[in-house]
Amino acid sequence: MTASGFPNSRVIGHDVARVEDEALIRGVGRFVDDIVLPGMLHVAFVRSPHAHAAILGIDPSGALGMPGVHAVLTLADLAPHLTDTRLVVAMPSPSYRQQLHRPVLADREVVHVGEPIAAVLADSRYLAEDAAALVDVDYDVLPVVADCVAALEPGSPTAHRDASSNLVAEMTVEYGDVAAAFAAAPHRFRERLWIHRGGSHSMECRGLVAVHDVLEDRLTVWSSTQMPHAAHRLLCDIMGLGERQIRVVTPDVGGGFGPKLIFYPEDVVVAVAARLLGRPVKWIEDRREHFVATTQERDQYWDVELATDDAGRVLGVRGLLVHDHGAWTARGVNVPQGAVAAMPLAYVVPAYSMAIKAAATNKVPVTPVRGAGQPQGVFAMERLLDSAARALGLDRAEIRRRNLVPAERMPYATPMRTRGGIPVVLDSGDYPRCQQMALDRADWAGFTARQQAARAEGRYIGIGLANYVEGTGRGPYEHVSVRIEPSGRIFVATGAAAMGQSTQTMLAQIVAEQLGADMSNIRVVTGDTAAAPLGIGGSNSRQAVLAGNSAHAAAIRVRERVLEAASQMLEVAAADLEIEGQRVRLKGAEEVGLTLSQVARAAAGQAGFSLPGQAGPGLAASEELVIDAMSYANGSAVVEVEVDIGTGAITIRNLVFAHDCGRALHPRIVDGQLMGGIAHGIGNALYEFMAYDENAQPVTTTLAEYLLVTATEMPPVTILHMESPTPLNPLGIKGVGEAGVIPIGAAVASAVEHALSSFGVRVNRLPLSPVDLLGLLNAATA
Amino acid sequence: MTSVAVGDETAMRRIGVTVNGTLQAGEVSVRLTLADFLRQDLKLTGTHLGCEHGVCGACTILLDGRAVRACLLLAVQVDGHSVTTVEGLAPSATVLHPLQEAFCAHHGLQCGFCTPGMLTTLVEFLKDCPDPSAEEVRVAISGNICRCTGYDSIVEATLSAAANMRDGS
Amino acid sequence: MKPPVFAYHDPRSVEEAVGLLGRLENTRLLAGGQSLMPMLNMRFVFPDHVIDLNRIETLAGIVQDAETIRIGAMTRQRDIADSALVRDRLPLLTEALAHVGHRQTRNRGTIGGSLCHLDPAAELVAAAANLDATIEIAGPDGVRTLSMAAFPRGFMTPAIEPDEMVTAVRMPLPQRGHGFSFMEFARRHGDFAIVSVAVLLVLAPDRRIARASITLGGVGAVPLRMVEAEALLVGHEPGAALFERAAETCRAIDALEDAQVPGWYRRQLAGVLMARALATARARAEGVST
Repeated sequence: MTASGFPNSRVIGHDVARVEDEALIRGVGRFVDDIVLPGMLHVAFVRSPHAHAAILGIDPSGALGMPGVHAVLTLADLAPHLTDTRLVVAMPSPSYRQQLHRPVLADREVVHVGEPIAAVLADSRYLAEDAAALVDVDYDVLPVVADCVAALEPGSPTAHRDASSNLVAEMTVEYGDVAAAFAAAPHRFRERLWIHRGGSHSMECRGLVAVHDVLEDRLTVWSSTQMPHAAHRLLCDIMGLGERQIRVVTPDVGGGFGPKLIFYPEDVVVAVAARLLGRPVKWIEDRREHFVATTQERDQYWDVELATDDAGRVLGVRGLLVHDHGAWTARGVNVPQGAVAAMPLAYVVPAYSMAIKAAATNKVPVTPVRGAGQPQGVFAMERLLDSAARALGLDRAEIRRRNLVPAERMPYATPMRTRGGIPVVLDSGDYPRCQQMALDRADWAGFTARQQAARAEGRYIGIGLANYVEGTGRGPYEHVSVRIEPSGRIFVATGAAAMGQSTQTMLAQIVAEQLGADMSNIRVVTGDTAAAPLGIGGSNSRQAVLAGNSAHAAAIRVRERVLEAASQMLEVAAADLEIEGQRVRLKGAEEVGLTLSQVARAAAGQAGFSLPGQAGPGLAASEELVIDAMSYANGSAVVEVEVDIGTGAITIRNLVFAHDCGRALHPRIVDGQLMGGIAHGIGNALYEFMAYDENAQPVTTTLAEYLLVTATEMPPVTILHMESPTPLNPLGIKGVGEAGVIPIGAAVASAVEHALSSFGVRVNRLPLSPVDLLGLLNAATA
Repeated sequence: MTSVAVGDETAMRRIGVTVNGTLQAGEVSVRLTLADFLRQDLKLTGTHLGCEHGVCGACTILLDGRAVRACLLLAVQVDGHSVTTVEGLAPSATVLHPLQEAFCAHHGLQCGFCTPGMLTTLVEFLKDCPDPSAEEVRVAISGNICRCTGYDSIVEATLSAAANMRDGS
Repeated sequence: MKPPVFAYHDPRSVEEAVGLLGRLENTRLLAGGQSLMPMLNMRFVFPDHVIDLNRIETLAGIVQDAETIRIGAMTRQRDIADSALVRDRLPLLTEALAHVGHRQTRNRGTIGGSLCHLDPAAELVAAAANLDATIEIAGPDGVRTLSMAAFPRGFMTPAIEPDEMVTAVRMPLPQRGHGFSFMEFARRHGDFAIVSVAVLLVLAPDRRIARASITLGGVGAVPLRMVEAEALLVGHEPGAALFERAAETCRAIDALEDAQVPGWYRRQLAGVLMARALATARARAEGVST
């Protein structure tokens, strides 16, 4: 694909080489576990083996007696050095019915398996693990809440022994007169759905290295986080330190996918331990810890209803979502909120009312994983539309076409608001055309013939589709500074954080476009609180939109300064100058010019001499472009499956994904983001299941039990692009980091149900394992 | 060279192993995994640990030319053997292995964490199977998990590298 | 996830290894390490002594005599999969190996290690049971042999004493031209089977079934030789109806249950796979390419 979105560009819109690759491809990147400091101690955490228990006592003496063990820290040891023993990280919402701020370490009660109780610091991780086994914790096991629906029933035990109920939050997202819409509707369709999503499982788990420099009284924390500035702020608060006393740096991050945006107990423990012990401290989460200590998404139960007219036009949607919140509020209620917000978004839904109840359970806290509830909301809506299409005798694509927000109504102001109270206005796009692109490529029209041919061979194939609209680029801003150093090299620093999604390349492209088009001349620093004074970080498919546009604005300002100063120095008009590589030169007379270094040195000024030009000193600019309104990306997935009715195996034969994320800054990276999301979506649809037993003990705690998609499970995938530039930002771009995952589960469910339509099988759950499917088939044929 | 485990010096062994063509000698705890030996003692941190139970493939290295999980070997076991890690794949500081070139050209890596294991696995695979089908490539890397790419770009890169290597030989 | 403390021994001969086994308490033999090492890293096992067999050169190799192929216990799965001899005479074993783990695990994993680990879902365990393998076991009193039928003492427990070790597997050579099939259903490529089926069929000159060997893996605590189904088949002409009757025998199995897979699913799957494997084995026995 070429740079169709940026017709006259030299760098942006092109598939340039990634700046990240040079180190990573040789194995000389620097991930947090690659950082080794002299005298460094290693942490192993003592974690709860119980889902719910009172802690009667903690005896570290067995561990402290081990050679090579330097300390065992409990909350009692840390508390004198903290302003608060709890992590107060919940985003604001009026919906909370109780506050569940988790402790830095559990001291009186543990509420999920894996909750940290003590930290053992030793000369090696091997020794720390040896010693952690010798910390004696005396537990009194308490009743357990293992299911979010049961949690809300009267008489349920409570996930926290002092709580009066398990209801963490409740709210209703609504607009229009839903009751009237349903009362008058000729058709109503109801679905009860269970949707499970699992963990993030970045290939690199979490991890931290902290070192306290006593000379400068400064703690440096390298953290594999998506939000270094948030971690910095929270560490300063909880440790009672000034901003200059802590620096948080993200080294190379081996994937994030959501849970690395959370601030964790381990973050505090490692930081405090480094100051307390006066030694560098490292903790690297291992995969088993990742299963029980890193936040995840999990269960949602939806009871939803759709009202339509005779033509299948949506009149209203209503229902109740019960959401498994986990044991603590590690972020907020944004996952169920995101789910409910995503549900109607692609369609004209005149009246909507969705109640949310978030229930505490004795499981790992729930926070966003790539998609952040949106796959579940889309699943609920698309299941209802399939149900309506079946009953009304409509083609499933046709009922959607009749309800998709049409292009001529863009921008389309929905009656909804974001969690921050900002109106939801669909800014651009042609959703029906995007769906049609996907249908055409997948040969939707020719499917009946394929299905008949397969049936003749005793094979069961089906086709399904799903649409999504995704709010991307959540504001309000991201900081980017651009500076041309005296050497002529360009230094870019940002609050955006890179976790593998090519953020440095993206920013380098945007800056290079304005400043000489030489990517190799640009150094981008992401995720360093010492390099960028402000920042929000990586979440909500936001970084290209927010940081990208800030970089664009800053680079344009620096360009203007360069040209202004050079025009003075060369005594030519700025409009006649251009920047090429590391030179500013006269258009049409390339030998006339200056190096960027010469301009930078002149602009830096000399005492007693005037600066060149009127633009002031230095060749630098920083921007925090404020973009409150989200830009809405959209797409359609069509999936063709084959079901083996003997084994229950589902094979995806073909997957077409048509989408619109505005202009593509780097088409190959856009495809890469989508493909990763699609693979994740296939995992959520068919493979990934974070299972717990009735005692809330996790039972899938290895990668042999929790199934991530591998290369052999991937179907043939075709990605099709539309480009509807958003008017909301200068580059006309929308986010794409999460899009791929959103419609896949819904489309797979639609296709499986279609394949088994002759049996009358209904799919009302995800993921669908072969066992589930054979169970459905047996029930349908019994 | 130091061992990471100082608590059990009685269980130390001297080993000598050729790593990326250079003989490395040292004393290690017998329970030290090969992955930790490479990462900690030899500072070859390109071999990544993604699961430490032999499933994710990020720690794959070549032991006497064969792709194996470094998390499932003890350092003492490779005494007298030859190990190649991702750091040993490129012929020089300026030239990359054809697979590395192709990974960059085809966006075969995003976060780069699984990449070393993918590369080592594929180096052995392409020696065995220099003209593979896409399906054979998928099977070859089915023991390497990538959460970023969805694998297509890795398969494309491998087929491209295989073609380049056939042309070059 | 780091291994606990243990003492490490790397004997150079079977005699030395057996001597260590006799002398030391709480030992674990380390073969390819593809099961033991994860268990050590996860601290599921705490051996005082790990005895590494990888430096006993005599334990690896594949040789044929008049009636059997003998595979040394430390022969890597990869080398068995690559063996032209095995492919020629024991094609069922080659087919089974294609399902075993991944390139990296087969490069290191051994046949002896897999048999001694005795995971009920392991392909090599099912294949060895189906091929009537004999296990050679070295102990303080020399070498004894045990039929594969007698080898499993129970779930993941081989019938070998603490001072014994498996040195080789001997597989009798089935008649040339036999039909075979190894099929399994796993969630992903390379995963342990939920159910595997190994079928070996020998047809008499009159096209009737002269010999049938059918094994289910993953269904019971140990590999199940389906003698009832075998008896149903022998003496009859192969056909879909007959195969369905054989597959029906799966309904009565007391199948394993676990958190993810109920017994009914394993029984149903076993029947489906058995019918399919019988059809493939028959086609191969009749010389129809599949």
